[in-house]
Amino acid sequence: MKYVDEFRDPKLIEKAAEEIRRLADPKRHYRIMEVCGGHTHSIYRFGLQDLLPENLELVHGPGCPVCVLPMGRVDDGLKLAQDPQITLTAFGDMMRVPGQMGTPLEMKAKGADIRMVYSPLDALKLAQKNPERQVVFFAIGFETTAPSTALTLKRARQMGIPNFSVFCNHVTIIPAMRAILDSPDMRLDGFVGPGHVSTVIGCRPYEFVAREYGRPVVVSGFEPLDLLQSLLMLLRQINQGQARVENQYERVVPWEGNPAALAALAEVFELRPYFEWRGLGFISQSALKLRPEYAPWDAEARFEVAGVRVTDPKAAQCGEVLKGVLKPPQCKLFGKECTPEKPVGALMVSSEGACAAYYNYVHCAELVSGD
Amino acid sequence: MCLAIPGQIVQFDSPAKHMATIDVSGVKRQVNVDLLRGTPLEVGDWVLIHVGFAMSKISEAQAQEQLRLLTMLGEAEQAMEELEGYQFAEEERSSHA
Repeated sequence: MKYVDEFRDPKLIEKAAEEIRRLADPKRHYRIMEVCGGHTHSIYRFGLQDLLPENLELVHGPGCPVCVLPMGRVDDGLKLAQDPQITLTAFGDMMRVPGQMGTPLEMKAKGADIRMVYSPLDALKLAQKNPERQVVFFAIGFETTAPSTALTLKRARQMGIPNFSVFCNHVTIIPAMRAILDSPDMRLDGFVGPGHVSTVIGCRPYEFVAREYGRPVVVSGFEPLDLLQSLLMLLRQINQGQARVENQYERVVPWEGNPAALAALAEVFELRPYFEWRGLGFISQSALKLRPEYAPWDAEARFEVAGVRVTDPKAAQCGEVLKGVLKPPQCKLFGKECTPEKPVGALMVSSEGACAAYYNYVHCAELVSGD
Repeated sequence: MCLAIPGQIVQFDSPAKHMATIDVSGVKRQVNVDLLRGTPLEVGDWVLIHVGFAMSKISEAQAQEQLRLLTMLGEAEQAMEELEGYQFAEEERSSHA
């Protein structure tokens, strides 16, 4: 396992960082977006920005599922949980996301039947064990988790489980990238493409970024060296005026993605005409809903879903941070009213959220060192 | 929820190969392997697991690297908690016993 040790080799890291500093043209300012929240977490955890030249700016993208979920959908889910026949199930990350009525965890403390699950299959199992309850799974996430929801729904349909349904909030990354590219206040030179999402969708869907917008995309792993190599690959392309999709994470990501996962997605879901994203607004064809064949397992078809629309707390600037217009500490609430212990905005909740990552690794270190 | 947990397949648990028992640092749990239907899978192979489903086949070296990365990111405990928290797995095991 030699190369594993090499990934921990500080010399290789330094060499890659040196090469990046050498390639970065001092006359230019490079803005590169890492789309995925897992990458944001890694970048802050390993302090990668400190290794980069000042004119290479990393912009944190929208690839954090709880961060982009608008507050209205959280409230819709919580309203479902007020129905005495419903048991609402959700992933742990979701439990601490504040809606207008509070977080799912707080609603649970007030007596709502809300339970944390680690897998959609757990929610299905709960429905089988409690046939007198209506078990609703609050599904969130990008293409990384959507295939799991799809297979769980296929199973529910095959087994004819009548008291299970999904409140579907799955979103897809490509329309969000297009929205960011179309945004007038956003100038980007390239993208570090997501790792795990790409194991499902492959690399081909990013080709429009190169073809239509003339920007390179490099799908990347999560190790510090992976990220530095990806930045290096992007710099080379940008300096040479090229725009291609490259795969730095070949050891995990097949170019064509995962065909079984894609087939499951296509069988169970169709695109919504539009969906609201926190910070990015309404984006057309950017989210998944259940196909009509799956209507009996669609919580939005089975129950009254309020369709709550909520504007974010005025003082919180989650939207600007999500779009990369503001850095986390530039938000007025950062580290004051809004902390990982008591998040006001969703970017403080998940370890993949830019604000939580910045708070945990940069802000706290600065407090300790007295900077 | 976006944790990718590396595990080694120790056995297949149903004739249709829907479920496999995997071992992660000595903890054994069942996960669904339907998303790797098109990939030849054998006992001893390593996979990356997302929310109860094996999503990709990886090398042993990559699995070790992923475990270390989870540790470095402070997410190893969370990963084990997730794995041990899969409730469907317990049930599957008893129904196949």
